[in-house]
Amino acid sequence: MTAIRTEGLHKKFGRVWALNGLTLAVEQGTIFGFLGPNGAGKTTTIRILTGLARPTSGRAWVAGVEIISNRQVASHIGYLPEEPAFYSWMTPREFLDYVGRIFGLTAHERKSRMEELLDLVGLTEAGKRRIGGFSRGMRQRLGVAQALVNRPQVLFLDEPASGLDPTGRKEVLELIGRLRGQCTVFMSTHILADVERVCDTVGIIARGRVVAEARQEELLARYAVPAFEVESDSGMEERMKEWAKTLRTMSWVTSVAINGPAARVAVRDVTTAKRELIASAVQAGLVLTRYEMVKPSLEDIFLRLVGEGGSEG
Amino acid sequence: MSFLVALRKELLEQWRSYRLLIAVVVLVAFGLMSPLLAKLTPEFFKLMPGGEEFAKLIPPPTTADAVAQYIKNISQFGVILALLMAMGVVAQEKDKGTAALILAKPMPRGVFLMAKFSALGLTFLVSIVVAGAACYYYTLILFEALEVSGWLVLNGLMLLFLLVYVALTLFCSTLTRSQVIAGGLALAQLIILSGLSAIPRVGEYLPGQLLTWGAGLVGGSGKTAWAALWVSVGIIAVALGAAWVIFERQEL
Repeated sequence: MTAIRTEGLHKKFGRVWALNGLTLAVEQGTIFGFLGPNGAGKTTTIRILTGLARPTSGRAWVAGVEIISNRQVASHIGYLPEEPAFYSWMTPREFLDYVGRIFGLTAHERKSRMEELLDLVGLTEAGKRRIGGFSRGMRQRLGVAQALVNRPQVLFLDEPASGLDPTGRKEVLELIGRLRGQCTVFMSTHILADVERVCDTVGIIARGRVVAEARQEELLARYAVPAFEVESDSGMEERMKEWAKTLRTMSWVTSVAINGPAARVAVRDVTTAKRELIASAVQAGLVLTRYEMVKPSLEDIFLRLVGEGGSEG
Repeated sequence: MSFLVALRKELLEQWRSYRLLIAVVVLVAFGLMSPLLAKLTPEFFKLMPGGEEFAKLIPPPTTADAVAQYIKNISQFGVILALLMAMGVVAQEKDKGTAALILAKPMPRGVFLMAKFSALGLTFLVSIVVAGAACYYYTLILFEALEVSGWLVLNGLMLLFLLVYVALTLFCSTLTRSQVIAGGLALAQLIILSGLSAIPRVGEYLPGQLLTWGAGLVGGSGKTAWAALWVSVGIIAVALGAAWVIFERQEL
C-alpha cells in the first residue's frame, strides 16, 4: 500500500522551477531516503507534502488524503524541519505537552507519551531544562520526539542528521532505524552514508524531478557499472597512463579513471575483464600491489544520475 | 478546543517572557504618576528660579487634570507597548520556524492568530484594570473620588483604543518575517491614523475620539462618539480578518 504519492508536482519560485514534474510513490512502513544535492527540491517537496506550501501544479496524497490544505493531513503526519525551532522558554516536557494538546490527547495520554518519547530520544534527564540551552543534537532529538507525539502514519524528516557531530548523527540515525515498521519515514538528505545506513528505499531527485526510485539493492543492481580497481607500485604513474590509453581501445572497457598509481576500470564484460585485465597490466610492465573487483556504491549511482541531470530514470 | 490550547501557550509566554509584567508595571506606573503629576506640576514650577510668578498663573489642579494626564500617558505609552509587544508575534515565529513546526500540526492558522490577539488583549486588559485602579486611588487621595461608572467606561474605551493598535500591528506582523519591518509598518499606520485624526470631521470617526468621549464621561459631559467606537471595532475586525486571509495563503 502506498503511504505517499505525488503526480507531476511542479513548484515555481519566481522564474525558477524548484520542482519540475516530481512523481514518486512511497510504500507504507518503509524508510524512504529522499536523496539529492543541495537545491534539488527536497525541502520544497516536504513543505508541499506537509501542507506548508502549495504546488504550482500536480497532485499529492499522504496517508490516503489528497493534499489540498494542511488541515486534512496534519493529524496523520509528523514533521521535523531541517533546523527545528522551539520556544526557548519552554522545557521539553512543556513543549511535548503543548504538542499533545494540539493533537487532542488526554492528560493521561500526554503524560505517558511524553515519558515514552523522552526516553526514546534520551532526553529524560533534560526534560525539565529550558530548551534555550540545548545543543543542536538535543534539539534535533527533541524534534524527532515532537514529530512522533501523535503516532503518525507518515513521518517527514528534513535532513535529520545534517549539522550533527558523529555521535549525534549516530544517535539520530539509530532512532530513525528503530521506527522501521512503526510508521512510514520520508527522510530527505544529501548524505549518502545516512541513506545507505538506514533507508530501505531510495529516491534520487535532481533539478526538481525524481531520476531514480527503487529499493537500495535494486538501484545498485540496475545502475551499477561493474568496475575493477588496480593499484601499482608508486613511481609507475607514467606506465599507468600508457596502460590506460591501451585499455581504452579495448571493446570490453567502458572507461578508465587514473588517480596517481591507481586506476578504476569500468567494464562492459566482466568475464573478459577478469581474464584480460591482469594479463594486460603485466604486459604493460606494471607491478601490481592491489587488484579487486569493486562493489558499486550508492555514491557512484548518485553522482552518475545527478551528473546526468535526470536523463535516466 | 485548539483555541484554548493556543491561548494557554500564548498566556504562558506572556508570563514567562515578562511581557505581562512589563505591560502592567509600565501602565501602572503611569496610572500612579498621572494624578501625582497633575497635583505637583504647580509645585515644580515654584521650585524653578522665577517660577513662583509663573505658578500663580496656573489654575489650581483638579481631577480633570489628573484624568487628562492619565488618558495622555496611558494612550501614548500603551500604543508604544502595543507596537513593541505585537510587532514580532507572528513575524518572529515565521522567521525562527516555530510557526512552520506548529502549523504542520492540526492547529488552524486563524486560531493561531486569534490566540495571539486574545493574549495581547488580556495583557492590556489586566494592565489597564490595575493601572485604572491605581490612578483612581491616587486621584481619590490627592483630589476627590471620581464617578465610578464613567471611570470604568473610560478605561474600557482606552482598552478598545489600544486594541486597535494591537490588531493593526498584528496585521503588519503577519505580512513579513521581520519584526523590524512589521514595527515600521505599524508605526507608519500610527502616523497616518494620527494625521487623519487631526482633520476636522474625519477625526470624529477615528479611534482617537474614544479618548475624548471617555474624558467627557468622567467630566460629566454627555457627548458620545459611537461612530468612532464602531469604526474602531471595524478596524480591529478588518485588520484581524485581513491578517487571517493573508496568513492562510502564506507558505511557511
